[in-house]
Amino acid sequence: MVVLVNRDTNVLVQGITGRSGALQTKVMIDYGTNVVAGVTPGKGGMEVEGVPVYDFIVDAMEHHDIDAAISFVPAPFAKDASIEAIDSGIKLLVLTTEEIPDQDVLAIIAHARAAGTTVLGPGTPGLFAPGKCKLGAHPSRMFQEGRVGIVSKSGALSYEVGKAMTEAGIGQSAVVGLGGGPIWGISQTEVLRLFENDPETDAIVLLGEIGGSMEEEAASFIADNISKPVVAIIVGRAAPEGKSLGHAGAIIEGDRGTAQAKIAALEEAGAYIARTPYEIADIIEEIRGDS
Amino acid sequence: MRLYEYMAKNMLADYGIPIPKSRVVTSVDEAVETADDFGVPVVLKAQVLSGGRGKAGGIQFAETPRIAGENAQTLLASEIGGHRVETLLVEERLDIDREWYLGIIIDTASKSPVVMASAQGGVEIETVPDRNIFRATIDTKWGLFRYQMRALTTDMGISGVAARQVQTIAIALYRLFRREDALMAEINPLALCGDEVVAADARLTLDDDSRFRHRDWPDTEAFGEIGARIAELGLSYVPLAGDVAVLANGAGATMATMDALAHFGADPMNFLDVGGGADREKMGEALRLLASTDPKVILINVFGGITRCDELAQMVVDAKASGVLEAPLVIRLSGTNEDEGRDILEAAGLNAFNHLDQAARRAAELVGEGGADDNSSG
Repeated sequence: MVVLVNRDTNVLVQGITGRSGALQTKVMIDYGTNVVAGVTPGKGGMEVEGVPVYDFIVDAMEHHDIDAAISFVPAPFAKDASIEAIDSGIKLLVLTTEEIPDQDVLAIIAHARAAGTTVLGPGTPGLFAPGKCKLGAHPSRMFQEGRVGIVSKSGALSYEVGKAMTEAGIGQSAVVGLGGGPIWGISQTEVLRLFENDPETDAIVLLGEIGGSMEEEAASFIADNISKPVVAIIVGRAAPEGKSLGHAGAIIEGDRGTAQAKIAALEEAGAYIARTPYEIADIIEEIRGDS
Repeated sequence: MRLYEYMAKNMLADYGIPIPKSRVVTSVDEAVETADDFGVPVVLKAQVLSGGRGKAGGIQFAETPRIAGENAQTLLASEIGGHRVETLLVEERLDIDREWYLGIIIDTASKSPVVMASAQGGVEIETVPDRNIFRATIDTKWGLFRYQMRALTTDMGISGVAARQVQTIAIALYRLFRREDALMAEINPLALCGDEVVAADARLTLDDDSRFRHRDWPDTEAFGEIGARIAELGLSYVPLAGDVAVLANGAGATMATMDALAHFGADPMNFLDVGGGADREKMGEALRLLASTDPKVILINVFGGITRCDELAQMVVDAKASGVLEAPLVIRLSGTNEDEGRDILEAAGLNAFNHLDQAARRAAELVGEGGADDNSSG
């Protein structure tokens, strides 16, 4: 097991017959992910990219061993689909859907917590362990197998950083997208713990954003629990106060959520701070040179 | 989306929460007439979304209809927080004995709604010491229990009939919070007037993502005409004060683009995230709208994942050919179908950078040069 997934992870796709669901299923299969089943209500009996489609997750589970589900279900139906996944015994749910109402997200996460289901997202590009398992929408050619873990709130930013690292010859053990918030299933802190305990990860890249206090919590966790080098960037430094930038969670309220406070906390915790995606690769090369 | 005070109060009233007798007016004559009808001293409140309204002079008391008219004249000619005052709420003036704070927010740490209350009402809750704020976490499965609200009134030192009223108002406020998909619901002050408890002022923020189940909602927060049209395209846009128009994909990558500009000494003029799956027409329309805001330079940063670079390139070439892009263009392309995208740009005499840093630096240089350049600088 790398971080949450490995080569043998069997995946179910929720919303497999939709535009995104069908496209990403093809891309995941092309990469080598074991997509064993899909679900769309009313489309049971169909096939998408050779993958059998069921009406209910419990029907799929009668015929397949399933380790994780990835959901492309549109926002108005995402709560219902997620509760079905949790009630059906799915233990890892990757929720790619963006713009799910906050109160639905609260219900999904509370229900998952009670059932012991891990939720990645919502609004996440997913989880990608290059060379092992692609459980998400990452463009795979920007990444290569390696030993640096990336945890990011933003999809495209992790692609940007992956490209910079890959061009510098630095591969990734896993790239974990958390989603844009303001409410998250898995947090940065939980992913940091997974990377710290992962024997295939040597260093960790943390891609943070303005808003909320997750980076400050991650910083105090790094200070106490992380022995591996952490390189961090906080985007949104050019943002004005009081305006939410794309991600609902990316907002500076008064003196809460500023880039300065997050950078100071991470520096205090011993993390290396980069200002551009390319600096991340430079810093990792320096760290490698020193060790 | 934040609601104007009068909208928020109407919603409170829908859930049985007492509000002052009031009327919405948009002219001096209406203000005079309302004060006359009410026959009591009134208060005129400017309806704006920005905070600090009281300090900015947006709340005026009037003993008589004539004074109400004078106040309305002043208020309707004023600006608060950069917004012209177009609507006033005229309310009967309350005789307030005590002011409390009552609010419900989503606490992102505990991932639950939380009721907050304080005996120190009428001031920004952020300025109240933590020890003077009562908090009760709500289990979304069960909702708010009366025992929790009994603890709230006990903590605030409220007893008797008023305590019962405050508890009922808090439970109604959570019902509203839940059914109306609120992100923040605040009554401040919650006022004790004699033996009546009334919502003297209210702020409500509703969840735009839940519009699919609230089709009657207004849109109070579109950023001007450009903002409204970009919002119609389903894209995320925030105007800012700088020189460089920014079009990028992905919220985090768009923020990184803005930061890179700032790093090289230029200020972004906006945040525009065309998202992961925007088609050519939408991106093109967004680019044309952006160009109409008169930027010194336009910086396009697209990292193709689901978005294809060739589609983006064709969109830019089409927009360029239509003659609407007067400012110099700086383009950065990477990702899906990148080579095809570059070919399309080159055939039209345009170039694209491969790296964000290079593109941001070039855009900043062009601002320094007054934007006098063509776009073949890759």
